[in-house]
Amino acid sequence: MLHIEDLHASIETDDGAREILKGISLDVPAGQVHAIMGPNGSGKSTLSYVLAGREDYEVTGGTVELDGIDLLDLEPEERAAAGLFLAFQYPVEIPGVNMSTFLKTAINSIRKQRGADELDALAMLKRIKAACARLGIADDMMKRSVNVGFSGGEKKRNEVLQMAMLEPKFCVLDETDSGLDIDALKVVADGVNAMRSPDRSFLVITHYQRLLDYIRPDVVHVLAKGKIVKTGGPELAKELEATGYAEFLDEVA
Amino acid sequence: MSSVSKETIATVADMAGRYEAGFVTDIETEKAPKGLSEDIVRFISGKKGEPDWMLGWRLKAYRKWLEMPEPEWAKVDFPPLDYQDAYYYAAPKSAGDGPKSLDDVDPKLLETYEKLGIPLREQEILAGVQNRTPVAVDVVFDSVSVATTFKEKLKEAGVIFCSISEAIKNHPDLVQKYMGSVVPPGDNKHACLNSAVFTDGSFVYIPPGVRCPMELSTYFRINELNTGQFERTLIIADKGSYVSYLEGCTAPMRDENQLHAAVVELIVHDDAEIKYSTVQNWYPGDFETGQGGVYNFVTKRALCEGRNAKVSWTQVETGSAITWKYPSCILKGDNSQGEFYSVAITNGRQQADTGTKMIHIGKNTKSRIISKGISAGRSNNTYRGLVKILPKAEGARNFTQCDSLLIGDHCGAHTVPYIESRNKSARLEHEATTSKISEDQLFYCTQRGIDEEEALALIVNGFAREVMQHLPMEFAVEAQKLVGISLEGSVG
Ligand SMILES: Nc1ncnc2c1ncn2[C@@H]1O[C@H](COP(=O)(O)OP(=O)(O)O)[C@@H](O)[C@H]1O
Ligand SMILES: [Mg+2]
Repeated sequence: MLHIEDLHASIETDDGAREILKGISLDVPAGQVHAIMGPNGSGKSTLSYVLAGREDYEVTGGTVELDGIDLLDLEPEERAAAGLFLAFQYPVEIPGVNMSTFLKTAINSIRKQRGADELDALAMLKRIKAACARLGIADDMMKRSVNVGFSGGEKKRNEVLQMAMLEPKFCVLDETDSGLDIDALKVVADGVNAMRSPDRSFLVITHYQRLLDYIRPDVVHVLAKGKIVKTGGPELAKELEATGYAEFLDEVA
Repeated sequence: MSSVSKETIATVADMAGRYEAGFVTDIETEKAPKGLSEDIVRFISGKKGEPDWMLGWRLKAYRKWLEMPEPEWAKVDFPPLDYQDAYYYAAPKSAGDGPKSLDDVDPKLLETYEKLGIPLREQEILAGVQNRTPVAVDVVFDSVSVATTFKEKLKEAGVIFCSISEAIKNHPDLVQKYMGSVVPPGDNKHACLNSAVFTDGSFVYIPPGVRCPMELSTYFRINELNTGQFERTLIIADKGSYVSYLEGCTAPMRDENQLHAAVVELIVHDDAEIKYSTVQNWYPGDFETGQGGVYNFVTKRALCEGRNAKVSWTQVETGSAITWKYPSCILKGDNSQGEFYSVAITNGRQQADTGTKMIHIGKNTKSRIISKGISAGRSNNTYRGLVKILPKAEGARNFTQCDSLLIGDHCGAHTVPYIESRNKSARLEHEATTSKISEDQLFYCTQRGIDEEEALALIVNGFAREVMQHLPMEFAVEAQKLVGISLEGSVG
């Protein structure tokens, strides 16, 4: 499914280019859930942005393929149509654009790129309602402007809602658990688990292992200072919970 | 718009490229000789078969115009106008003596409006699209009104809706009483020129207590080369009446500049309300060089004459090379209210200097100004507004909000609010913001599969929503699309 090889990326700062991803290699086969854990500032969000094609980051080396398609060659919206979805760590507010308009536009843009017919207003409404019901989202949230005035939990649930509606094949969740109470966390995890399937994979970025009690990963990677420094099974997450990240910070430094 | 017109709009888009309304209608035209003189004024008046009082009014304005200076305070930049290098009258030959029944209108004209998505055939409108409220349209092509629809139906309600030329002939008492009462010929040079050479426009009278049974609209199109359009609109809402009126405008793509100097006067009596909406999409000139495009120099003003009178201006200005326009409200009646909702988008080399004046004369008068300016490309966009509270305007209130959005690093946004208060009990609030289009917002949208241009249109429509939602439903969707079209080429 997703194949990352020796990925390097940097960002332009006032003091020149600064390399943040320093050679990341990762393989996530179809149907699997991989977790990426790591201390703050290790480059987790940067990895998610680079996968999604954010302009600010310059890829200076390496390759990223999704089912054999070279993602680095595509515009962000083309990556979305190819099946990549990113649940943002900090979902963005768009004043004046209500959720249902936004979802409609996104769904139809993706359908168009995939060569499918646009959905009419009624079909769209039905889908949105069904997805909201599954995720316990009140209908009136769809009338509000995108993320404007949403609570932390609402924002994250909204990310999962969009993920469910856009039917991606590869989902990156960037700290979707942070700031959630246990009930909200369960809703988010249930949403993700409901989407697990043999032809869909997930990259779950998290700082804490708590989320992984609810979304059980197949593989856990530790990212520190722009590199993957350790890979293991779910037990690795438990270990980290006990020991913290200190040893990795030292190892790389 | 109906599905038919959508299709035709798309066809036109293919023909003309970026500016969808940029095609030329090949039709035989009768023109006045080039240039401006007393003879031309007489020629126009003669063509229209006007009574002597009207010609006298025009000539007086013309003589005044000769002496008036050009207004120079706006933040727009263009070479001096050569008034002798333009035509002041152009009419499709087939128009003959003016508007007639639709069956007699030249099919080429009907085709033009179909291409533009303006439904004219009443039966089709009534039969075709159930979920759409019928709209009565007065259609002005260059210098003449070629058709007015739904006249009979309106007549039943006592509403007069016709071209101003017809009104001069058939309702001289009303025209003489009100024309020039809100915008006197000497108000400014452009309005004065209009008073001398106005060629057509719409006239509306709503009798006391009548709620106009449908939306009224006028559609202006400049087709002829080097031709100025000088239309004049006069709307009178008598006591306790209500009307919603919309004007739309387009012109072909021309390398030369076209002058459009319109005057709109609204008179609102006790307890009456006029809602006036504009979707302005004149040709903006070449995207890169700025060559050509319409000079849109317009004077619009409403007089809230009576108690509890209410006026609401809503404008979506996306076109024109230069826009110079300040739809204003004179709040004379006690408790009268004025509103101004504006979206002005400039892109390429466009220049817009637009805003409003709210003149509070009566007690407890209220005004509300919401302006959303969007600048892209190498354009310049200025909000200029005046709120004036006169000594007797006890308890007057104003709320003003001006938001500017910048797209790219080469455009300008300016806010110039003037406030003059001569009554201590008045309360005025002013808020202003300027922001740049957010990369975070754009990326959030593109990650969801929306391409950058569509994302921009979505974000800008969101930014402008407070204004857009004041447009009549029938036009809101088209206006939203227009926002997207006018921003093309501004990202990436
Ligand atoms: N736009 C930026 N400008 C400068 N430095 C940045 C920028 N974005 C991220 N960084 C730096 O890159 C490193 C990784 O950041 P990030 O990917 O957000 O880490 P994480 O998500 O793991 O906390 C940090 O040191 C951060 O300061
Ligand atoms: Mg992060």
